[in-house]
Amino acid sequence: MTKKAPKKVFTDGPLSPDMVSDSIAAHQAKTNIGAHSIFLGQVRADKVDGKIVKAIEYSAYEEMALNAFHEIREKAFSRFEEMTCCHIYHSLGTVKTGEICLFVFTSSKHRRVAIESCDFIVEEIKSQVPIFGKELFEDESHQWKVNT
Amino acid sequence: MIITVKYFGAIAEATGLQEEKLDMSALGTKLEDLRDHCLHKYGAINDLTFKLAVNQSIEEEMVLKDGDEVAFLPPFAGG
Repeated sequence: MTKKAPKKVFTDGPLSPDMVSDSIAAHQAKTNIGAHSIFLGQVRADKVDGKIVKAIEYSAYEEMALNAFHEIREKAFSRFEEMTCCHIYHSLGTVKTGEICLFVFTSSKHRRVAIESCDFIVEEIKSQVPIFGKELFEDESHQWKVNT
Repeated sequence: MIITVKYFGAIAEATGLQEEKLDMSALGTKLEDLRDHCLHKYGAINDLTFKLAVNQSIEEEMVLKDGDEVAFLPPFAGG
């Protein structure tokens, strides 16, 4: 389970809310699981100097990013031994405000590990994965997003 | 010695390029030689924050070899 090659993580455009329910349904056969934790990143209509963000255009150093996602998954499996499943999906291209750009799904026997591993993975993605975001404003200008 | 250089995000916007091949033969073999060359060539990136990755690994200083891939990475913004 923990020694797989890098998985497909990137989706072109927004992530569909259906992915979330499909993922839940796909885990119902795994009855050793007692807890799932889900994180969804949504594009926010930030206001900067009076201009409102209408979308983020994501790009990535894809080969490095896929390796980074793989390493994060490996690290999470070794740090949280009870974690049984871990899925990560991220958008590339344009994602409008209100749409989903990141979906992290972790599962475990008990809630604590499901929640903590999900949190760990999200923080690692924010700091370790070479993904870049161009915030597009309603007046067609833009600025580059920086994770805080 | 040919190095593939990749630019991303705000850096790609400032250089106007996503990728180029640089012949480092006359410029030096160190990563900082390449960085200095690019900062000189593309004035606009001097004001930007970036890290360098060599063959997908973040590095601050090292000696490059023919065929290496160096990437200019602006701050990460995933999620």
